[in-house]
Amino acid sequence: MKITRRQLLILLPAAAVAWDSVLAGTPETSPNYKLTEHWWGMLVDISKCIGCGNCVRACATENNVPEGYFRTWVERYHVSDTDLANPVVDSPNGGKNGFPPILGSGGRNFFVPKMCNHCADSPCTQVCPVGATFMTPDGVVLVDKEYCIGCRYCIQACPYGCRFLNPKTQTAEKCTLCYHRITKGLTTACCEACPTGARQLADLKNPNDPIHEFLRTHTVQVLKPYMATGAKLFYNDLDGSVR
Amino acid sequence: MNSFKDAEHLLRVALVFVAATIAFVLVRAALVPRSFGEYGHYRGNAITEMAAQPVVFAGHQVCEICHSDVAAIKSAGKHVSVNCEACHGALENHVNDPGTVQPPKLDTANLCIRCHQVNGARPASFPQIVADEHSAGLTCETCHQPHSPLPLIGAGAKP
Repeated sequence: MKITRRQLLILLPAAAVAWDSVLAGTPETSPNYKLTEHWWGMLVDISKCIGCGNCVRACATENNVPEGYFRTWVERYHVSDTDLANPVVDSPNGGKNGFPPILGSGGRNFFVPKMCNHCADSPCTQVCPVGATFMTPDGVVLVDKEYCIGCRYCIQACPYGCRFLNPKTQTAEKCTLCYHRITKGLTTACCEACPTGARQLADLKNPNDPIHEFLRTHTVQVLKPYMATGAKLFYNDLDGSVR
Repeated sequence: MNSFKDAEHLLRVALVFVAATIAFVLVRAALVPRSFGEYGHYRGNAITEMAAQPVVFAGHQVCEICHSDVAAIKSAGKHVSVNCEACHGALENHVNDPGTVQPPKLDTANLCIRCHQVNGARPASFPQIVADEHSAGLTCETCHQPHSPLPLIGAGAKP
């Protein structure tokens, strides 16, 4: 068969279109899970947290978090009566092994569990130069390990200090809100392991989720609201001194 | 007509341009995953890859299918909000193969005080003890039934 130059020029774009659809394949989808039907967040009730560190250990176990790095951690605040603006905060090994019994005397003492706030307008996803971190349609901020180039912009951008560079993979890592669990109808590992119910996974698009009643009846805050990140990690009984 | 006498040059440039455009489209199609841009400026398949990560904590709903007796005791007691794996650890392996994979024996002496050792930052309403002074060396389950710790019970009572 002889192809003239004219014929070849006509064929090439057609071949490009065909090749494009070959690469497409069939996108995988979970059978029962619909991305558009959920909008995930979490509720942390500080008045219930006992600082046992179960969440930190469970997270590390579930997600194979390297030792010394944390996708969630617990801080202990000591706010003295005379210096409300400057709390003393400690978090030995992220609270993974619990807390030593005494920290100062008097004042107010409490635990604050922390993790990714899964911000609706997250600064971390905005700075990624390669589209490796993003917010899913169901409201979870994730990192695409295949695409991350380890430039650390997102780690600097996060106002809550929730990201780190995995020393093995050299890619940015953070809380996934146990995406592999919540898409299967389970709660997150930290919520599953929390003995007092201080952490509750919340689906804001589910009208039957108890989060709605809770938000109506309690004084719930988010961290650093002035940064307008649209944080979805809600804190009940949050002290004004918490950073 | 004179102005069009060099039209052939323009045609060559146009051909090069078309060839370069086609090459760009082909290379781009080969390098950019098809799912990129499906939902936004990222690889859509990353979502399904993330969701495929194996589960390690089975979840109390699964535990309660076989251990409904323990679930019943627990639901009536103070530990109602404590899920199975909060104390027993991640047990998806046990769920997948209950015959051979057994949950590890618990070190109750250290396990209980993780939550119940007195700590000034814990909510005052939460039951706390000074472990060294509390039990005179006896283990917790001598007096307390772990699945329903109140009221106090006699020695040897399980579970």
